[in-house]
Amino acid sequence: MREMSFDCVVIGGGAAGMAAALELEARDLSVAIAEREERLGGILTQCIHNGFGLIEFNEELTGPEFAERFEERIGGRRISVFCGCTVLDMVADEGEQVLSCVSAKEGALRLRSRAVILAMGCRERNRGNVRIPGSRPAGVFTAGLAQRLVNVEGYVPGREVVIIGSGDIGLIMARRMSWIGCKVHAVVEILPYPSGLTRNIVQCLHDFDIPLYLSHLTTGIYGRDRVEGIEVAPIENAALMMGKAFKIPCDTVLLSVGLVPENELSREAGVSINPMTNGAWTDSTLMTSLPGIFACGNVLHVHDLVDYVVEEARRAGRCAAAWLEGARPCREARVKAGSNVRYVVPARVDTGRDNKLYLRTMIVKNDAILEVRIDGKVLLSSRKNHVQPSEMLTLTLGKAQLAAAAELPDAAVEISIQ
Amino acid sequence: MRRELTCITCPMGCRLVVESAPENSTPAAGDGLSIGGNRCPRGAAYAREELLAPKRTVTATCRAATGSGSRAQGGSARRIPCRTASPFPKERVEELLEAIYALEKPLPVRRGQVMIRDALGLGIDVVATRTLDLE
Repeated sequence: MREMSFDCVVIGGGAAGMAAALELEARDLSVAIAEREERLGGILTQCIHNGFGLIEFNEELTGPEFAERFEERIGGRRISVFCGCTVLDMVADEGEQVLSCVSAKEGALRLRSRAVILAMGCRERNRGNVRIPGSRPAGVFTAGLAQRLVNVEGYVPGREVVIIGSGDIGLIMARRMSWIGCKVHAVVEILPYPSGLTRNIVQCLHDFDIPLYLSHLTTGIYGRDRVEGIEVAPIENAALMMGKAFKIPCDTVLLSVGLVPENELSREAGVSINPMTNGAWTDSTLMTSLPGIFACGNVLHVHDLVDYVVEEARRAGRCAAAWLEGARPCREARVKAGSNVRYVVPARVDTGRDNKLYLRTMIVKNDAILEVRIDGKVLLSSRKNHVQPSEMLTLTLGKAQLAAAAELPDAAVEISIQ
Repeated sequence: MRRELTCITCPMGCRLVVESAPENSTPAAGDGLSIGGNRCPRGAAYAREELLAPKRTVTATCRAATGSGSRAQGGSARRIPCRTASPFPKERVEELLEAIYALEKPLPVRRGQVMIRDALGLGIDVVATRTLDLE
């Protein structure tokens, strides 16, 4: 079996993997990317709509354009790219990680490295994950699968469409299906507010007069061979009103009910997973519970902007490079998600430098206050014009602000939103 | 006339109310629109454009020509993704989409390559958004 050694192997060649690999290469470390698909770019290649790159390139690009710009940067560097290459497992061996891979071109292949960066992205929740009752007809797709069928493969999955869940991919697909001549009859959302970005509600639903049913549960999918319709019922004061249930006829159901980081490989290897994010617990350097294994992008937590993914991946790349050169985190404090905060990534801060934190709130509010406390003492309070769960918040805590935490043993930095 | 819009300039999502002044009155801004509900000037600008000349960036795909073995060999894409080079007048989007779907382009295609020049005579090109080679 062919075996190769690198300073670092990046698993996944999407936006996160490419951005991380470029950082390592820039520091003269040998780096490889193992990518399952035949080409780099990850999910971006099927996201043919625009809205990518406002931070990174200061212009609005489509997914394929964003991916290709990174692919071109990779092309000019000494980065070994293995496309069509699936990593089967990751095992520690004498201070190194050994990745067993298969690829149609290379056959079985073993990649050894001192550091690994996990950048496998996420996948969609499906019907089984959200337990929608009813029969099992053909015509039920996850929104991202439909997106691939339409945008890459050139198939139209159906004509009369209902979308369950108001995540961004579902909203984007509402517009796409309308633009390819299908009729989108409704978007059904269980929560009282949309799960997607406001601009997607406006540009993908309002433009096409697609009704959005908030606080509505899908109580069944019906049809014998092919979907014939779904039944939905409103939720009022936390009670399901079956008396007010109604049917929406359709031949196709698209599910946009959330994304889950794809961490099977990490779990098998023994990486500890945070149940709030379904991604790895990491320290202030984005290193997981296993030394030398780092994580970034959607496999760490689900982002809403690729620009944030790239920013986080660069940090993982820089930190992996520093770790390879012997740097180890010290003076760390724990980060705790306080009231109305679903999670904060990473779970630790280095009190000796600037730390960028990513967090998600659980509430929808205008004029909210974000507070940072150490041992109950407020050390930062900032006003946010508007917060909602679908918009990720960022926060930078510097050395000066964290001075209080540096003096305490096992200090906890608690972040809350009021 | 009264219209309600949601501003998408930032995540605040201000609910804008736009009213056109009666024709015999003297409108303040020259276009006869009075805009409320916006928390910043960008909201007013958004409402004006959205009501007077709405535009959208259109993204779609066109067919890769099925000539000698170019179509979908070795798992390559069957569709070529493309976009308008700048936002396109909203009321002509349907027509534009028809023109894009009617296209059939031979591979290879380079990112940025013009697929339709001066679409519908409106001075806006449709360009490819991905480089696709013959397998």
